[in-house]
Amino acid sequence: MRFDDAASRREWFERRLAPLMDRLYGTALRLTRHPADAEDVVAEAVIKAWSQLGRLHDPERFEGWLFHILTNTFISEWRRRRSRPHAGNADTLEPVELDSASFTLFQQLHQPFLLWWGSLEDQFFNGLLQEDLEQALDALPDAYRVTIVLVEVQGYTYEEVASLLGIPVGTVRSRLSRARSRLQKMLWVQAREAGVVLGGKEGGAQE
Amino acid sequence: MNPRALSCEEVIERLFDYLDRELDSQEAADIEWHLQRCRDCFTRAEFERRLRARVAATGTAKAPPRLHRRISALLDGFDESDTATDS
Repeated sequence: MRFDDAASRREWFERRLAPLMDRLYGTALRLTRHPADAEDVVAEAVIKAWSQLGRLHDPERFEGWLFHILTNTFISEWRRRRSRPHAGNADTLEPVELDSASFTLFQQLHQPFLLWWGSLEDQFFNGLLQEDLEQALDALPDAYRVTIVLVEVQGYTYEEVASLLGIPVGTVRSRLSRARSRLQKMLWVQAREAGVVLGGKEGGAQE
Repeated sequence: MNPRALSCEEVIERLFDYLDRELDSQEAADIEWHLQRCRDCFTRAEFERRLRARVAATGTAKAPPRLHRRISALLDGFDESDTATDS
């Protein structure tokens, strides 16, 4: 991008940045889990974008370009922290692959014979709070959480995630499937503890 | 493009690939053809689609005022030190 003067460059940048701020911050928060870290990642990404604005040739691509910088900023920081010998964060890059059994929330909730009472699926979604979902995502091991955020929140393809994280596509697939299974299991436990869904196939009156 | 008839197992196995838009147009059309005709698979697909949309929505959070302020200050600093970057 080329501009007549510094003021028009600044104005152009801020006008495009403003509507993206909540998504940049929200995405960074899901990736990092911590507000202070998320702010650091967003600030660093924005400054990188600002200083590299001359390399953006198509202004239509500003949004994708900026989110890509954000993602790469997070990933480099994540790698750097993990490589510290005594990192405070005990999350491992490769989670112990114990939970290969696939859990599906749908199978717990779906009871075709009870449809005339209103479905448990609807009960579940009506009772699902944003904060419950955020808490469940945050509780996933790092490698699972990052993969599911890159795919479901950011919309990257499996190939793109593989390239961003430097792992094979098959690993992306298996992490994603384990992440989903774990996430759904946590949401199921949360929903039952909160009394959002009563009964269900695993317990209560049916046993 | 004639859709290929898939079994429910095949559809469920590929459901997330479909929702993640990882399938080519023929494969996606095969899944859609099945979903339009199979109530069980359609219900399952709708459930996963809704949950996926809720996860996607967690990617938006109100950026705190201090972050806006910090970014403005950083850009001010750049303006002063480095106004000729693109000229």
